Amino acid sequence: MSDISLEKVTEQYYDVLKEIGNIGAGNAMTALSQMIQCKVDMKVPQVRLLGFDEIGTLMGGEEQLMVGIYLAVEGDVTGSIMFLLKQESAKHLVNKLMMGMGSPGRPDLDEMELSAMQEVSNIITGAYLNSLSTLTNLTIYPSPPAVTVDMAGAILSVPAIEFGTMGDNILLIQTQFYDETQIDGYFILIPDLKSYEKILKALGIM
Amino acid sequence: MNNIIKVGMADYKTCLSPDGLTTLGLGSCVGVAVRDPIKKIGGLAHVMLPDSTIFRTGNINVAKFADTAIPALVEEMKKLGANTGNLTAKIAGGATMFAFQNKSELVRVGDHNVEAAKKALEKLKIRIIAEDTGDSYGRTVIFLPETGDYIIRAVGKEEKII
Repeated sequence: MSDISLEKVTEQYYDVLKEIGNIGAGNAMTALSQMIQCKVDMKVPQVRLLGFDEIGTLMGGEEQLMVGIYLAVEGDVTGSIMFLLKQESAKHLVNKLMMGMGSPGRPDLDEMELSAMQEVSNIITGAYLNSLSTLTNLTIYPSPPAVTVDMAGAILSVPAIEFGTMGDNILLIQTQFYDETQIDGYFILIPDLKSYEKILKALGIM
Repeated sequence: MNNIIKVGMADYKTCLSPDGLTTLGLGSCVGVAVRDPIKKIGGLAHVMLPDSTIFRTGNINVAKFADTAIPALVEEMKKLGANTGNLTAKIAGGATMFAFQNKSELVRVGDHNVEAAKKALEKLKIRIIAEDTGDSYGRTVIFLPETGDYIIRAVGKEEKII
């Protein structure tokens, strides 16, 4: 086992992650805009290393209702990836996709909307992982995603626990994108320690 | 209104009645509430992982693990005057947030956390008098040592008191 700890991750590694995040999110947005047939703009993603307590606050409090998509990753890189967005943003997105056939009147997502959300997440996370795979030349196979709607704190406990085995922080990539409203999306990439090393080596950093 | 003290993830806090303790959005983590019903002293630990012994590194955050957080919490309560013989516990959380099956041990971490919390309490001879654990939803909990009420809130569900 290696002695990598997240706290020791270098500045350079942040830049690399930011770049992967940028390209990945860029690809994801292109895919998304084709899907909802609407122009989608995005800001440069921010990469942050946050304490367990800070992360809920960033998303609007531990009790903020979020949609969380979680999938396992296999291949050269093993681990998992999570994508989060606020319930209202998810609602907005899927209703565009379903061309008004969802249930915009109610605040929560019905079964059909959840299933559409799963499809959207598949595309977003797929595009993101594709970029990582292309940049590193490593094979990455995602599992089908699992979707849940719950309090931010509860959803985040899953990646927090996985990061908890390595340290006391979570590495988070925040992307902001717009169609006519602003949507905040959060990627949390959770490779196991061995995979961190592989990614860094593949990028020529270690 | 009395003070309700917030306990973060991987943290524990104690209080004296009429104050209370809360932790928001418990997912796979477990909220362990311990009470001295006579002195009305309460403690709440928000534990993330079951076992500290699998980590080699010397410098661990004791509040993160069930096996270390619970004894540390009880020590804190003793400092406030709690009598170990009186203590009772209620536990909540330990949900499996995602229905997806993966080979990873961590997916079942909610269950492991609940088991580890029970084991740690048993080791200290603290009786568990109520629990609301498992399932697949997040919980916000509020613990009031005055009455021993452990209030549980979840999205789209009625509030319950155990």
